[in-house]
Amino acid sequence: MSEAIPGAGARLPESLRDHRKAAEAVARSLKSRYRAETRFRLYGLGAVSLGLVFLAILFVTIIGQGWSVFRQSYVHLEIFYDPEVLDTDGTRSPESLAQGDYNALVKAALRKLFPDVEGRPDLRQLYGLVSSSAGFDLQKRIADGPSKLGTSETLWLLASDELDLYYKGRIERSESEESRPLSDQQLAWADRLRSKGGAELRFNRVFFTSGDSREPELAGVWGAVAGSFFTLLVTLVLSFPIGVAAAIYLEEFARRNRWTDLIEVNINNLAAVPSIVFGLLGLAVFINFFGLPRSAPVVGGLVLTLMTLPTIIIASRAALKAVPPSIREAALGMGASQIQMVAHHVLPLAMPGMLTGTIIGMARALGESAPLLMIGMVAFIVDVPKSLLDPATVLPVQVFIWADVPERAFVERTSGAIIVLLAFLILMNGLAVILRNRFERRW
Amino acid sequence: MTPVVAEDSSVASSEAGVNVKPSHRQPAGLDLTPQPGAGTVGTITVDNPIMSSRDVNVYYGDKHAIKNVSLDIARNQVIAMIGPSGCGKSTFLRCLNRMNDTIESARVTGSITMDGRDIYDRRQDVVQLRARVGMVFQKPNPFPKSIYENVAYGPRIHGLAADRVELDEIVQTSLSRAGLWDEVKDRLANPGTSLSGGQQQRLCIARTIAINPEVILMDEPCSALDPIATARIEDLIDELRASYAICIVTHSMQQAARVSQRTAYFHLGDLIEVGETDRIFTNPRHKLTEDYITGRFG
Repeated sequence: MSEAIPGAGARLPESLRDHRKAAEAVARSLKSRYRAETRFRLYGLGAVSLGLVFLAILFVTIIGQGWSVFRQSYVHLEIFYDPEVLDTDGTRSPESLAQGDYNALVKAALRKLFPDVEGRPDLRQLYGLVSSSAGFDLQKRIADGPSKLGTSETLWLLASDELDLYYKGRIERSESEESRPLSDQQLAWADRLRSKGGAELRFNRVFFTSGDSREPELAGVWGAVAGSFFTLLVTLVLSFPIGVAAAIYLEEFARRNRWTDLIEVNINNLAAVPSIVFGLLGLAVFINFFGLPRSAPVVGGLVLTLMTLPTIIIASRAALKAVPPSIREAALGMGASQIQMVAHHVLPLAMPGMLTGTIIGMARALGESAPLLMIGMVAFIVDVPKSLLDPATVLPVQVFIWADVPERAFVERTSGAIIVLLAFLILMNGLAVILRNRFERRW
Repeated sequence: MTPVVAEDSSVASSEAGVNVKPSHRQPAGLDLTPQPGAGTVGTITVDNPIMSSRDVNVYYGDKHAIKNVSLDIARNQVIAMIGPSGCGKSTFLRCLNRMNDTIESARVTGSITMDGRDIYDRRQDVVQLRARVGMVFQKPNPFPKSIYENVAYGPRIHGLAADRVELDEIVQTSLSRAGLWDEVKDRLANPGTSLSGGQQQRLCIARTIAINPEVILMDEPCSALDPIATARIEDLIDELRASYAICIVTHSMQQAARVSQRTAYFHLGDLIEVGETDRIFTNPRHKLTEDYITGRFG
C-alpha cells in the first residue's frame, strides 16, 4: 500500500486505503454511468420521435382528407331568365317572382348544353349533376335585380355533391356502377363537361359562410364557428375574473385552516371530474331549474365555465406561488397594504402564468363536446346564431354530427371542420406563448 | 447586619428559592429580582429611545425563537445585532416592523413600543408602522419596475408628493442620499433589476428613505455583495445615521465594529450582551460573547 490514509483501519475497503484504487473504481463506474446516460437519452429521443410520428400521421390524414373541402366544383351554365317560367301572371311583382320555378331554368340550361339527352330517366340523371340549391341562387339574383328578367347570364352554379366528389377523384371509375353514386352515363357527361371547360374547382365560400345543411355542398362551418365564439365568450367573461379572483383570495388572503384545505382538495377534484358530469349539472340547474333556453351558447358557456374554473384557479395559484417572496416582502416593507402588494407587484408578475392557464383552459373548452351534448347543442341547426340565446352548435359537436352522416361528401367536411378547429386551437396556443413571452418579466 | 461570607450568601439565596448559577450571567452586585433584561449583560436602556422592547418572546409554532429580549433602540445611532446563525437576531429585527405578521405560525408576546405606543396594539395600523420603520433586506430585491418607479413607489402609495415635480424631487434626493444618483440619472427608466448587486441594494435603501422613515432595519444588507460594494453601503449607513435610527443585523463582526455604535449579541434566542461597540469588541463581559467575537465558535 503506497499512500494509505492515516488512521485507516484494516476493515476499510481497499479503495479507501489506496488513492490509486479509488481512482480506478471511479473510472470503472464512469463507464456504466455514461452508458446509462446514453440509454436514457435514446429513450427520450425515442419517446419524442414516437409522439412526432403520431402527430404527423394525424395531420397527414386529416389534412389529406379535409384539404379538398376548401375547393368546390362549380358548373358553368348559361341561364336564360325566362319570363314565362318566372312571371306567370305577368305582373313582375316580387310576390309573383318569388313563386317562379327557378330550377326549371337550370334544367333548361342543362338540356341546352346536352341536346342529345332525351327521356325522363336520363334527364333526371342529367339534372342530378347540379346542386338543388342552384334555383335559390337564381331566385336571389332576380329578387336583387328584377330587370334581369328576359335576359341571359352565364353563371358558375354549385355542382351536386356527387359530381364534386368525382372531380375531386373520390369516386373511381373502377368501382362497380351499383356501388358508386354516379352512373356510367353521368360520368361520361361529367367528363364532357370538364373537357369543354364547363366545370371547375373554385374556392369553397359556402363552407366558410353558411351553417349546417342536409346537402353536403351547402353545409358549412360558419354556424359552428359562431356558436363556438359565443360559447367561449361567455366562458372567458365568467371564468377568467372569477378564477383569478378565487386564486388571489385563496393564495394571498385566506388563512390556512381546515376550510381552505377542504376547498383546495375540492378544486383539485373538480379539475378531474369528467366533463359530461358538468353537462348533466348544467342541464339540471341552468335549463331545468333556471329555465334558460336549450341549445343556447349562454348555457354552453356556463357549463364550460364550471368545467374551466378549476383549471384556471389551479394555474393562477401556481403563477401566484411562483412570484418570489422577496417581492412581497419588499412591498410590505415599504408599507404597502396587502391589496396594494397584490395589485401593484404580485399580480403583474403572475399575469403571464394566469393568462397562459386561462388560454389553455379556453382551448380545452373549445375542443369540448361531451357536456354540450347534454344541454342540446347537438341539434341540427341551419341558421348561423346571432346572439347568446340563439340555438347553436359548436365546432367539435359539428364534427361529431358530420362524422355520423352516411353521405360520402361529409367525410371531407368532417375533416375540414377538424382542420378549422385545429387552426383555432393552434392560434390560441400560439397566443398563449406570445402573451407569456411578452409579459414575462425578469426579477 | 453582620457581614456575610461568600458561602453564606449562596446558601441564603438558595433558601430564598432563587436559583443563581455561579456564572458570567449574573455579575455580582446586580438585583436578582426578575426584571426586563435580567438575563442580559450590559445596559439595555438608552436615554430617549425611539423604540424599546420589553420581554419580547417569539414562537414559530412550538419553536421558541426569541426569549425575553428587552432592548432599546437609540435615535441617530447604529445598533448592530450579531450572533451565530439561528440565534434570533433577524427574528427580533422583523418584530420591530411586524414583518413577522406575514408568517402565520409566528406569535409575539411582550411589548415593543415606539414613542411610547405599543406597536402590537390592536389600534396600531401596520401600514403606518412600516412607513415609519423601513426595512432593507438581505438579498437586494428591487421591484421589477424602472429605477424611477422603484423609488417613487413608496411616496406614491403614501401620498407624500403633491405632484409630479415633488415626486421627481423626492426621487432625486433619495437616490442622491443613497449615493446612486450620479450612476443612474441617465437611465431612470431602465429596470431596477438591470443594476449590479451593490447598486440594487443602494436602490433598495433609496427606496426606503424615500418614505422618510424614523427607523431603518437592515437584515444582513451586505451579505450578497462584494467588498467594494459593501464598503460603499457601510459609508452610506454612516451618513444616514445623522437622520435615522438604524438597526443592522450582520454576520460580519468587522462590519459591526465599523458601522455601529452599539452592539447586541444574541445566542440561541437569548440577548446575551449589549453595550458600546468599542467596549463589546475590546472587553466582552460574557463568556459567550467573548468566544464568539474571538472566533471560537459561530
